Formats: sequence, C-alpha cells, structure tokens
Amino acid sequence: MKRHLISAADLSRDDAVLILDTAEELARLADRPIKKLPTLRGRTVVNLFFEDSTRTRISFEAAAKRLSADVINFSAKGSSVSKGESLKDTALTLEAMGADAVVIRHHASGAPHRLATSGWINGAVVNAGDGTHEHPTQALLDAFTMRRHLIPDASGVGQDLAGRRVTIVGDILHSRVARSNVHLLATLGAEVTLVAPPTLVPFGVESWPCEVSYDLDAVVGKTDAVMMLRVQRERMNAAFFPTEREYARRYGLDGDRMARMPEHAIVMHPGPMNRGMEITAEVADSDRCTAVEQVANGVSIRMAVLYLLLGGNESAAATARTEESK
Amino acid sequence: MTMSDTHKTLLRGAKVLGGEPRDVLIEGERIAAVGTGLDADGATVLDVAGQILLPGLVDLHTHLREPGREDSETVLTGTRAAAVGGFTAVHAMANTFPVADTAGVVEQVWRLGRESGYCDVQPVGAVTVGLEGKKLAELGAMHDSAAGVRVFSDDGKCVDDAVIMRRALEYVKAFDGVIAQHAQEPRLTEGAQMNEGIVSAELGLGGWPAVAEESIIARDVLLAAHVGSRVHICHLSTAGSVEIVRWAKSKGWNVTAEVTPHHLLLTDELVRSYDPVYKVNPPLRTEADVMALREALADGTIDCVATDHAPHPHEDKDCEWGAAAMGMVGLETALSVVQHTMVDTGLLDWTGVADRMSVRPSAIGRLTGHGRPIAAGEPANLTLLDSAYRGVVNPAGFASRSRNTPYEGRELPGRVTYTFLRGRATVVDGKLA
Repeated sequence: MKRHLISAADLSRDDAVLILDTAEELARLADRPIKKLPTLRGRTVVNLFFEDSTRTRISFEAAAKRLSADVINFSAKGSSVSKGESLKDTALTLEAMGADAVVIRHHASGAPHRLATSGWINGAVVNAGDGTHEHPTQALLDAFTMRRHLIPDASGVGQDLAGRRVTIVGDILHSRVARSNVHLLATLGAEVTLVAPPTLVPFGVESWPCEVSYDLDAVVGKTDAVMMLRVQRERMNAAFFPTEREYARRYGLDGDRMARMPEHAIVMHPGPMNRGMEITAEVADSDRCTAVEQVANGVSIRMAVLYLLLGGNESAAATARTEESK
Repeated sequence: MTMSDTHKTLLRGAKVLGGEPRDVLIEGERIAAVGTGLDADGATVLDVAGQILLPGLVDLHTHLREPGREDSETVLTGTRAAAVGGFTAVHAMANTFPVADTAGVVEQVWRLGRESGYCDVQPVGAVTVGLEGKKLAELGAMHDSAAGVRVFSDDGKCVDDAVIMRRALEYVKAFDGVIAQHAQEPRLTEGAQMNEGIVSAELGLGGWPAVAEESIIARDVLLAAHVGSRVHICHLSTAGSVEIVRWAKSKGWNVTAEVTPHHLLLTDELVRSYDPVYKVNPPLRTEADVMALREALADGTIDCVATDHAPHPHEDKDCEWGAAAMGMVGLETALSVVQHTMVDTGLLDWTGVADRMSVRPSAIGRLTGHGRPIAAGEPANLTLLDSAYRGVVNPAGFASRSRNTPYEGRELPGRVTYTFLRGRATVVDGKLA
C-alpha cells in the first residue's frame, strides 16, 4: 500500500483485494454488541471538508471512531477558510495540531494530490472526493458490495471481480465516482460499460479501460450490476440534455428496464438519489437495489483504509481477536 | 553600470548570426564596423570567440504588471529580466490595473520603460474599454500619444464580439495598427482548466478545447481579409490553428502569428502533477501540437516567438490547481528554449532565430530601431549567446520579481552573455550591468 489514497488508479490488484478483505474482517465487528477496536487509539484523524457532504463525512467519522481514533471535523463553512485562508495555511495548521491522517473533500480536482505532495503535511492523505476527479473509497465500497453479491463463496474473500460485467449510467463527465470505479473495476478484472448521452461522456474517454454506449436498453440485459449515477437537474440548463423527462425516459432505470436485467444482477446507487430522474421509486425501493447496503459497507471500507494507511501491521482479524480475549 | 561610460566596445570573434567569426565595433549608439582584424583603437575589447551574435531580441507579448500588480513585476524588474534574456524591446500588455486603455496609462508605462534603461518598452493598448469587449477604447489617442501605440490587444480576454472585432480591425488601418487577438471562444471555455483531451478526462479538470482557439482564428482571418486589415494571433497553441494560419497566408491575407516558448516544449502530460506552475492560458497541449508548432515556426507560418511572460506572486501558484493563476514567466529562458527546441533539433539556424525573435516581431510592431541587420551604421541593439553553455534553471537567480517558471531544475542550453541596448551593455558576462 502507498502512504496515501488519492486515486483508485494507484491501487494494485493485491492492494485492492487486501482492502476489501480487511473490510470484510472489520465488517464482522458491526454484528457485535461493542463495535469498537482499540487499533488507532491515540491517533488523530481530521475530516477536512471544503464541500458539504454529510454522508461521506459521517461515514469516515464512524469508521475512525470504531477504530478508537480521535476525530476532528474541519468544515470550510463558517471557518477561516471561508474568510480566504489558503489550503496551504489550513494544512499547516492541521500539521501543527498533529494530524496522523487527513481525510479531504474538496471542490477542486487535484487538491488531495497537492496536499499529499506539497510537503505541507506529513500525515496520510485520504481523498474523500475531489472535484470531478476521483472518489476512491466510494469505488472500493462499490467493489466490496459487488463482490459480496456476485462472488458466492465466502463473500468473495481473496478474490477479485474477474469477468463480471458492470454498467455505469449517467453523468460520467462530472462524476468522480465513475472515474474511480472505472480504474478500480478494471484493476479487479471487471468489464465496464459506461452509458450516457454523448454530451455527458468526457472528451478523451477513449483512453479509459472501458466501453461506452449511448443506449441503455442495449446493455441492460447483459450486465451483472447497474450503477446509476446522480444527475443534477441543473445540467439541463447547460444543454447537456433537453428536459428531465427525456433524460429519465432514455437513461433512467425504471421497473421495465430492471425486469430485463439478468435475475442475479443488482442495482447500485452512490446516493443521494434523484427519485424520478435517474431511478424510479419502484427500483430504488426494490430488493435488488443495494443503495442502503452500500452506505453500511462504506464504513467498513473506510475503516479498512484508515487501518491500513495508519500502519496496522497485524491483520485486522488478529487485532479483533486480541480484543475479544481481553 | 560599468559599461555605460564606455563609448567604444570591440566584440572580438563573434559568430554573426552563427556564421564565420567577425569583429564588431560598437561606437556610441551604433555599430561602427563589422569585419576581421579590426583595430581596437581605445575600445574595450571583449573576447567573445565562438559566441553567437544576434540582433537584440524583441518580445511582442510581455506582462510587466505595472501599474497595479507591482507585487508580481514592475516595469523595472520586468525589463531587467528582459535584458538578462537578451531582449532589447518588449511590448507591454494592456491588462494592468488600471487597464492600458487610455493615452494616460500607455504614456505612463512608456515613460517607466524609458526610465528603467534596460530595454525599450512599447506599450500595447487595449482594444476595448476595460478589456470588456463592449466599446472601443480610444485607439487613436493611444497611437497619437508619446507611447505611439501600434499594437492593440485585449490579451487575457478575447475580442469575441464579431462586430467589435471587425470595427477594431478597420479602425486601426488609419494609423497602420494591428489587432493582436487572444483567440478564445468564451462560451466554449467556461470553467476551462487545461487542454481538453485524454489527460483532462482522467484528471477531471475542465477542458479548454482546441476548437475554442481555432474557431476564433478562422473567423478573424476571414474578417481581416474582408476588411483588408492586418491581424496578429497571440500565442497560437494547436496544430489546427497552424493549418488555418497557413491557409490564410496562402491567400495572401495580412495575418501574422506568434508561439510561446512553453508551447514549443511542454505538453499537457505535465498537468498530471497538478502543479499549478504548468497552468497557463492557452493551456499546454499535446505532443502532436508541439511538433506542428515547431514545424510552423521553422517554415515561417508562425512569424515569431513571443514569451507571454506572465509573472505571478508565489501564493497564487502555491495552492490547489483550481485556485491558481494562469501564466508562466518566460523572458529569461526564452532563447534557451528556442535553442533547445528549434536550433539543437536542426529546425532553425541562427539567422532563422534572429528572424523569428527580432526581425519579424519588430516588423509586426512597426519598431524602427530594432530587428535591424548587424552592419555598420545600424543601431547597436545586440545580444550575445554562449550556445555551448548547459545549465540547470534556478529561479532563485531570476531578475524577474516572480519565480513561476515551469523549467525549474531542467537543464537547458545557451546563456546570454551580453546584451547591448543602443551601444550600452545592459548585461555583462551574464549579469545585469
């Protein structure tokens, strides 16, 4: 493992499988009455959020707390950042306070990369979503969810996603989730197809390790997982598509389309969902939709990432056993 | 200035335009003689055997930042940087605070240049009031001022309104002016952060598509042809732009173009570092674009090299990519980059370098005392280059007030050893006089 988690592209297959396996071990904690491990006792994790994202922040917060780390939440709103403090000065401040890891969410693509390579801080940097670049822990939790559903033996422990077909539908252009998923899924051996109107496919996509289709109906019948991305209604005003209704008709997932998916195939959504836009309520509330499960898995994945980056030398399971014997 | 009192200087053994060794005698403000075995006759003798003698370089595109942003550069520090880079004249861009859109501002910049004494400063006037693209600035007044403005540009912004552009092109015909267009279709580049392509798709940075430059150039060469005016294209950056300019020139239209040193060397692959030192407008393009630009400069489709020297204070680059300012300093490295990309590759000889970095930019700006032949009786605006030198770029030693160079730590060839402005050395042995 590298010292930071900036991009899903930085992860080797073995790194990725290690994170998924570690998360699988840590997930078992959630079933116990006391969900806490002492692993990161005395370590400080800072959640540095320049962009509102309550869901991601509380997921990281829960993960750090279950590992007994001290958690500091730093939100740009109402702080010195909104008064014009630079990323550098914020970083130097956190460094002075002794942050062992900084989980950063930023509206500018590349800000976590800059934080990790600038020499401003010594701690580990975890990218919690940067601009339209990447969101690697989201891709990891998505892969974790897929592995549990699509690899039958032992929840897929030790295995990758070789040969599994994943369809990602929606606003690929502006999606950091899509970018991280394409990298990680390719590393894990899955076959990825992106589906979107041509206006929402990035110029230059031909270098990505995936297929691109403009026709959801053509791919929905031969896929193991369909991941629906949130599409902001405002995109309509920038002429990315004519109307919300036309988008929903051509690229939304409704009951009819879901019925044409293979029986074992799952529907995924990173949330928050735009019900009636990219996904109908019928699909969102169906048994095949893993959106809520993805949230739970997010905590396990983020525990695994913090654990591995902050130097868990023993396996997570060994730590858990030690704790049990006390 | 140690050399300023010396009225006679003899350059011994200089390779004039890279040719056979010659002695060049400078007397007062002019070249007195060019020959072999010239008599020193009381002159200060400089043994410059093996060094390349060029006419003083002329930059059509320099941001001196004064008035308004003296924290990044002043006319004095900028002209000192220019002298170190071998320049004897620079065109100071109009996007200052206040904007150089009146006779008062251009005269102020012109006067500051005269007082600096390191390099002639020819102010560029804004095309429109406040660079806003809405209303023509008083172009005639700026021309008639002491600054004698001939080049007009809203650089930093595109004159995107076709009617305003047409009127500006027509209007400056009255005093043989030229409109230097920053070709950037604004709607196609909203939120643009880097070249739109494979790298931007991966990095998730807003794309600046080549078509946003090319569509404006296509429109403007057609407009210039239609109204019979001359148009100059600033910092041309794509292979497609080269094709359009080549086509316009084949029609005999009065179109000229410049390329920056950085677009001759660097590509958008560097942006993968997210280091804002590579953030520039127009953005770094692809390898194919770089090769097309070199070829076009070699064959004369692109008339000249212009630095687009754009100083920024450290804090405007010591931040995340999205928050960083666009631009690079370039005066002190321009000739080295041109040697590296054009001469050492065999694309251009030193006569060609003199043409693209002095003769043609002087002609476009209608400067009279620059870009002249190296011959007896001509103004002694001269640059000496040690082309055998190899050195690593160290911005700590820059004369510019700013350090935002993309070449830090990179080895580049060539070093300006002497610069003469009207016979007076502004640079001696590589250092400011």
